[in-house]
Amino acid sequence: MEDYQPTIIAFVCNWCTYTAADLAGTSRLSYPPNVRLIRVMCTGMVDPKYVIKALLEGADAVLISGCHIGDCHYMNGNLKARRRVKLLKELLPRFGFDEQRVKLTWIGASDGIQFAETITEMVPELKALGPNEVRNQMVL
Amino acid sequence: MAKIAKIEVKEQNPLNSLQGFFKTLLEQEEISAILVPQHLPMKDVVMPTLVTDPEKLNGTDPLAPVFPMNAAKVVSRLTGKPLGGSVAVVLRPCEIRAFIELVKLKQGRMEEVVLVGIDCLGAYTNVDYRRFVGDDGAEATLRFCQNVLAGKSTAVEDFDLSPACKACEYPVPENADVLIGLVGVDINQQMLVKANTPQGEALLEKLKLPEAKEPDGRKKAIDSLVAQRVEYRDKMFAETTEATSNIEKLTSYLANCVNCFNCRVACPVCYCKECVFVTDVFDHEPTQYLRWAKRKGIIKMPTDTVFFHITRLAHMSTACIGCGQCSNACPNNIPVMQLFRTVSSHTQKAFEYEPGRSVEDDPPLSIFREGEFLELTGGKE
Repeated sequence: MEDYQPTIIAFVCNWCTYTAADLAGTSRLSYPPNVRLIRVMCTGMVDPKYVIKALLEGADAVLISGCHIGDCHYMNGNLKARRRVKLLKELLPRFGFDEQRVKLTWIGASDGIQFAETITEMVPELKALGPNEVRNQMVL
Repeated sequence: MAKIAKIEVKEQNPLNSLQGFFKTLLEQEEISAILVPQHLPMKDVVMPTLVTDPEKLNGTDPLAPVFPMNAAKVVSRLTGKPLGGSVAVVLRPCEIRAFIELVKLKQGRMEEVVLVGIDCLGAYTNVDYRRFVGDDGAEATLRFCQNVLAGKSTAVEDFDLSPACKACEYPVPENADVLIGLVGVDINQQMLVKANTPQGEALLEKLKLPEAKEPDGRKKAIDSLVAQRVEYRDKMFAETTEATSNIEKLTSYLANCVNCFNCRVACPVCYCKECVFVTDVFDHEPTQYLRWAKRKGIIKMPTDTVFFHITRLAHMSTACIGCGQCSNACPNNIPVMQLFRTVSSHTQKAFEYEPGRSVEDDPPLSIFREGEFLELTGGKE
């Protein structure tokens, strides 16, 4: 398991966390290359299906990250996202998906450093957790 | 204090007396029609019927231990748009609770409907009911009610009430406008009629039924019935949790699923007008299947089975009222209800939500607040 590299699917909002990731890049901050960013206009448009699908297809974790509460470009999209993440965190662990495999963070547009730190912290945690067992199943 | 009256029962035949009650109800000026389960003449099945002629109530049998479908969906069809008259709907407690969920989703309206709820003694699955009833029709119903209320077993030969009914902790339709009480009542003598709402009270006033008091034993009988069911339910929760605790076990649990989606069709609270699983989203390119297969060397076909069930849980588990029609509709005997009720018990608790309690409660995913669930982001807003 030495060479196990977790895959993180990150749904990041256009206005905050995507911009933060961009800033991390332009600031030449380095962080592990395990994350696949999917830019969405708002965390409020992240359908629970996207998260379920990602995990069933073998992603080791799903990160949903958007603007701080009060900063949402669409007023309250992140509040909606928070309820959906709450639902997923009740649902998925019932079927053996560790709670750590779904993560919600608020990372503002100027927080490039925090974005890099978040990914840097997640990777060793996921390595300790081991691969998503779905990878060995023939389910979809 | 709720108004209580009684329906007197003659010749030890509560069904006849109920039919008389429905007839009087339908004769009221403000009631245009009544929706009530009846034995259909062409075959001895019990289906909801919409009746406007008081003479056409002779096959009425709301006590039959079967409900082929959750009638909340029928009431939703009747009340989604203005109906042009009031309809009294005779429902089981789970049907009323499902209807209340649909009203919240604007798929039904309370304005032109009088909810008549009857204490529910449970039901067999559709398949088992046909074996139970044989050619006896209403007689089988009477035999069943007498047995249950006398505390005798509901098991017949190798079958019993459906697991959903055995695990149901809501046998009494407390949120009906008019409640007909059987539990803890000597139904060979009388049945209770209780008005729970102003609308129900006004109606009951007009029916001029003899006044009555709640029998002393009723509360105790209800408590003991509920306790029995809660015990069964908790055992079911524990067993199902164990049987689905990881993805491998969940896959075996759902192994017989053929993606027919009957559970979704039968579910009264699966609210989407068009399910995403039948849209183009899941009309995958043939090459996609090949890519999936190549990645693992083998995939089960049809695909998206586990995905379908988990997505359905994400959609409706907070609204699941536990009627068990999903299991009833499954052609491959997958214990769908057990899984959905077990997971629902957790999602409902997470949002402190009790589906079907009141139209005033907002569905958890239709609202959001500041300062809630801070633990998700490390305690920070």
